[in-house]
Amino acid sequence: MYRFALCITLLLAAAPARADEPAVELKSGPGQDIVQAQCNVCHSLDYIRMNSPFLTPDAWKAEVTKMRTAYGAPINDQDADTILKYLSATYGP
Amino acid sequence: MQRRSIMLGTGAALLTGGARAAIPGLNPALSAGTRDEAILAQLPGKKPLIKLSWRPPNYEAPLEVFRTPITPNDSFFVRYHLAGIPDMAELRKWSLKVGGDAAGSQAQLTMAELRSLPAVEITAVCQCSGNRRGLFSPHVAGVEWGVGAMGNARWRGARMRDLLAKVNVKANAVELGMSGADGPLLPATPDFAKSIPIDLARDENTIIAYEMNAAPLPHLNGFPARVIVPGWTGTYWMKHVNQLEVRSKPLDNFWMQKAYRVPAHMFPVERPFTTQDNDQTSPITAMVVNSLVTGPVDGAHVPAAGFTIQGIAWDDGHGIKTVELSTDGGATWQPAKLGHDDGRFAFRPWSQMLRPGKAGALTVTVRATNNAGQTQPGKLLFNPSGYHDNVMQTLTLNAA
Repeated sequence: MYRFALCITLLLAAAPARADEPAVELKSGPGQDIVQAQCNVCHSLDYIRMNSPFLTPDAWKAEVTKMRTAYGAPINDQDADTILKYLSATYGP
Repeated sequence: MQRRSIMLGTGAALLTGGARAAIPGLNPALSAGTRDEAILAQLPGKKPLIKLSWRPPNYEAPLEVFRTPITPNDSFFVRYHLAGIPDMAELRKWSLKVGGDAAGSQAQLTMAELRSLPAVEITAVCQCSGNRRGLFSPHVAGVEWGVGAMGNARWRGARMRDLLAKVNVKANAVELGMSGADGPLLPATPDFAKSIPIDLARDENTIIAYEMNAAPLPHLNGFPARVIVPGWTGTYWMKHVNQLEVRSKPLDNFWMQKAYRVPAHMFPVERPFTTQDNDQTSPITAMVVNSLVTGPVDGAHVPAAGFTIQGIAWDDGHGIKTVELSTDGGATWQPAKLGHDDGRFAFRPWSQMLRPGKAGALTVTVRATNNAGQTQPGKLLFNPSGYHDNVMQTLTLNAA
């Protein structure tokens, strides 16, 4: 429940950004909803598509880790794992 | 926190029409994902640029922009790390704070006070450290720039040394820290702040510019003032600069210690940034000598009887000595004609008539050499962050 509430808060926080911004559609796959909710808080999702299809799982992991540790993205371990699996499976080489 | 009036989604909000316009001749070396995302889109006050990311806005100039040595303000590339960008109303309330532990006093300047300092003008290239990252092989993570994350403008402003004279720099000063009015969306994200060596800050060519090509700085190029560090990559050219800090200790943050670094000794420089060096890496500093063919484009049809090839060359301020062309894979070289010299930090135009004399495929390789004898490599000096790509370009043209 807490996570649901957090997602809603984040979506609301990001809403002004997305109102006028062309939607960037990600490929469907397990975890797509988490990726869209979390990554979109700080940057548009074209960052993901632009960085494809060449990042290995290790390279995607480095990116997710950088977002959490260097940029302070409030993503818990479980969501980070979901995001990493989605990116590796969907936007890897 | 004033920053609540941030413009979110700057790029998108101002897109006209929203049509996806394909870009002719988009470099095939870019990844498939990058080529899909690289579309022409329009920011306020700008001509269509190549959009790489909407938010934060990262847009590069199309190749044709570089056919004139001065890059127009409305075609100048846009690069932000963080999406909290103040709007113009907020930026008009701008003032500049100068202080720090190695300053003997503090100062706060209005724009009128900044403009009251002696004005100087310099033509200089502002190039993103990661320009051409998208062409790296293998590809590396980041904003996947093609060749257009750069521009050359006439910057007018006050010398940093004149500004620093107002706060009595102490003998123990080592760096000047700089930050701007833009910032992160989340409190946990480190604000973008950079530093330069104190003696570079006091170099006669380091200025705080409030005009660009005889007009105020465009909103997304740092209005109302940005730092100009001729010869060094754009990461030090702090936009919307509103805080300067004379430091007795090196700035220790993500943007200095983790980002914008190259492997130690891979790119030797005359003016090392020693207070930021470590055993493994050094901060990226001076640009490397480079050139760009602006016409014809790769793959173009050209008259076998003769055609003009043209482009620009630049470096970190030694100035361009020669630009040479080879049509035999580098066995022999002929010099191109250098155009107007707008100073050692500016784009140097060049051109040359080529007469292939027969129909068929023609390869042209271009290399620039600067006055220090530095030239472009034939092979990429790979580094994991995707910086300093100055590999010689080779075009394949079809003569008929």
